[in-house]
Amino acid sequence: MAESKPQPKIKKKAVPMPKQPPEVRKHNFNEVALGYTEEQALEEASRCLQCPNPQCVKGCPVEIDIPAFIKLLREGKYEEAIKKIKEKNSLPAICGRVCPQEEQCQKMCVISRVGEPVSIGRLERFLADWERARGFTIPEKAPPTGKRVAVIGAGPAGLTVAADLAKLGHEVVIFEALHLPGGVLVYGIPEFRLPKSIVMAEVDYIKKLGVEFKLGYLIGRTYTIPELLNEEGFDAVFIGTGAGLPQFLGLPGEELGGIYSANEFLIRVNLMKSYAFPEYDTPIRIGSRVAVIGGGNVAMDAARSALRLGADQVYIVYRRSREEMPARKEEIENAEEEGIIFKLLTNPTRFIGDEKGWVKQMECIKMELGPPDESGRRRPIPIKGSEFLMDVDTVIIAIGRTPNPIIQRTTEGLAVTKWGTIVTDENGKTSLEGVYAGGDIVTGEATVISAMGAGKKAARAIHEYLLSKNLVG
Amino acid sequence: MYEILRVEQLAPKIKLFEVYAPEIAKKARAGQFIIIISNEKGERVPLTIAGYDREKGSITFAFNEVGKTTKQLGLMKKGECIWNITGPLGNPSEIRNFGKVLCVAGGVMIAPMLLQVKALREAGNTVVTVMGARIKDLLFFKEEMRALSHRFYVATDDGSEGYKGLDFLKDILAEEKFDRCIAMGPVPMLQKVCELTKPYKIPTIVTLLPIMVDGMGMCGVCRVNIGGQMKFACVDGPEFDGHLVDFEQLIKRQRMFLPEERLSALLWELGGVSFG
Repeated sequence: MAESKPQPKIKKKAVPMPKQPPEVRKHNFNEVALGYTEEQALEEASRCLQCPNPQCVKGCPVEIDIPAFIKLLREGKYEEAIKKIKEKNSLPAICGRVCPQEEQCQKMCVISRVGEPVSIGRLERFLADWERARGFTIPEKAPPTGKRVAVIGAGPAGLTVAADLAKLGHEVVIFEALHLPGGVLVYGIPEFRLPKSIVMAEVDYIKKLGVEFKLGYLIGRTYTIPELLNEEGFDAVFIGTGAGLPQFLGLPGEELGGIYSANEFLIRVNLMKSYAFPEYDTPIRIGSRVAVIGGGNVAMDAARSALRLGADQVYIVYRRSREEMPARKEEIENAEEEGIIFKLLTNPTRFIGDEKGWVKQMECIKMELGPPDESGRRRPIPIKGSEFLMDVDTVIIAIGRTPNPIIQRTTEGLAVTKWGTIVTDENGKTSLEGVYAGGDIVTGEATVISAMGAGKKAARAIHEYLLSKNLVG
Repeated sequence: MYEILRVEQLAPKIKLFEVYAPEIAKKARAGQFIIIISNEKGERVPLTIAGYDREKGSITFAFNEVGKTTKQLGLMKKGECIWNITGPLGNPSEIRNFGKVLCVAGGVMIAPMLLQVKALREAGNTVVTVMGARIKDLLFFKEEMRALSHRFYVATDDGSEGYKGLDFLKDILAEEKFDRCIAMGPVPMLQKVCELTKPYKIPTIVTLLPIMVDGMGMCGVCRVNIGGQMKFACVDGPEFDGHLVDFEQLIKRQRMFLPEERLSALLWELGGVSFG
């Protein structure tokens, strides 16, 4: 053990991700990041120090054995490498693209103390794409247990729970309210950041595990949770209904035409593919001057989509400064490269319409930063008398989403917080027996990977619950 | 996939479908709606449920063949399948014994009004029904409605059958006391009914189906101003107190995508010819 090895030379610079050039990509909906070539992946993988006590794993919400998969990749054993990832994560092509790795695994990477961390997400994506190109192998499943689980919502949390429980031999049915599976992955995140064909391929993999998808079922309306448990023969239920309700500003003129919630705008563009109107039936109208209100990832997605739909000028209007923006740094940079204009420390106060009821101007007020508020960020304070008008013909309101309320309203005895999120223990167990929940419906709007992490924990808890039920029964 | 069991031509360019959808039929109640998507590239269209048969496992709904989707739908035949139907959505109507109820239905919404009237009768109400259309050829379900109602009136915009317009209601409202009014139809008709009932403070319930996308509270395009408060027609409605509705705003918002809707229907009628 004490054998002294020569210290490896640390390569401080990561292999950059090939991307579509900004001038090209701002006119199309194709994926921006193109993915590593095999050579690039091997080069990047060679930077991993294979730490005996890996920190990166501690940063991963689904506990992927990162050094192990990178080692296999390095040895050219791609199939084993992706298998290693899939032991913990059934949706690697998605996570490799949309996880905030800079806040998670890569933040913990020891190289980040002296240089750029290993690009773990890009390597994950490389392996997932490699596997998808040559066809999935379906892992061994445990023998059927005879237990049935209803999963509500086919988003990141629900898909994770379904995959994990199916592998353990349970019969799983996913009820999805929309007509396509994927949740926020299909209605929220744009094609250029996460191609829908990739989501559908990962969904296909989960179908191959034996999971049944029932689309167009709004639980709380078509069936209630007590009905699923008592009449439809399910032994447990997982609620992963997410945070899909739009928030509005409550300002005068918000009813004007041309003012969209980010959800409406993104649902039209992503889920309904209105960028391909009239080939697809759902229309979208985009003007020449677009203001997106908000500073999160959803705001960046909306702004960059508006640009691709042909807007001349797209503004991000955010009430705090750049440091407080909740969006991923990478996404802010992408938006800037494409020519999105940032109007910081600015907040709308009212919208002014034309005679047809279409928005034509937005009144804003300048803000300054005061002392930190309860979120720890400096509080924005309006500067008196600094109001000014902006000419706009489209406004997209991206100031956050709140939990979907229908399950809470139709499930008696389900404990809910005052914010409308569902109360659970650390494993996703709710106040009702056999009912579990996870993802944004529990935490409020968060990330894809944290929802998947919650799904993993809930799947384990549901499995244990079903086994214990077996013993008693 | 949802199989069409029956197609009925109710009037020129108005059709009724009976569709096999047992899980929806099991839960459907008067006042609720469904979202249909006719194919993979289709839009999501909200339609009010006009009937259900829980034993047979079927639901019925009627539609005007006006836009691309409804025109496409109008070409579908018995035995063919609709790609996806989601429902029942929205809150069911409040149905109880109110006493004497005035029901006013216009256009395609005559179909769901029949379900409403049935439910009101079963709850013990006295029901006075008015059905209207632009011209007499667009009226349907007259005999069914007459049979269900205690009293029954017909009105048309051009006077080609029954009363000309709804102004005849002024006299009736001046003479009789109503405990509730239920109005289903085009927005200008709803607005007119609310103007007529307001002086008599008759609680007037209107069904609003503004533009919707998901129909379950996610997009907010169906936002309506109800007494100064923003409500979503899909989850807070579709029925609202008509005397609180900002109809001007509703009409403007309904026209938001008119040019695109026209373009879409035109291109489809031309057989997919592109001008590009």
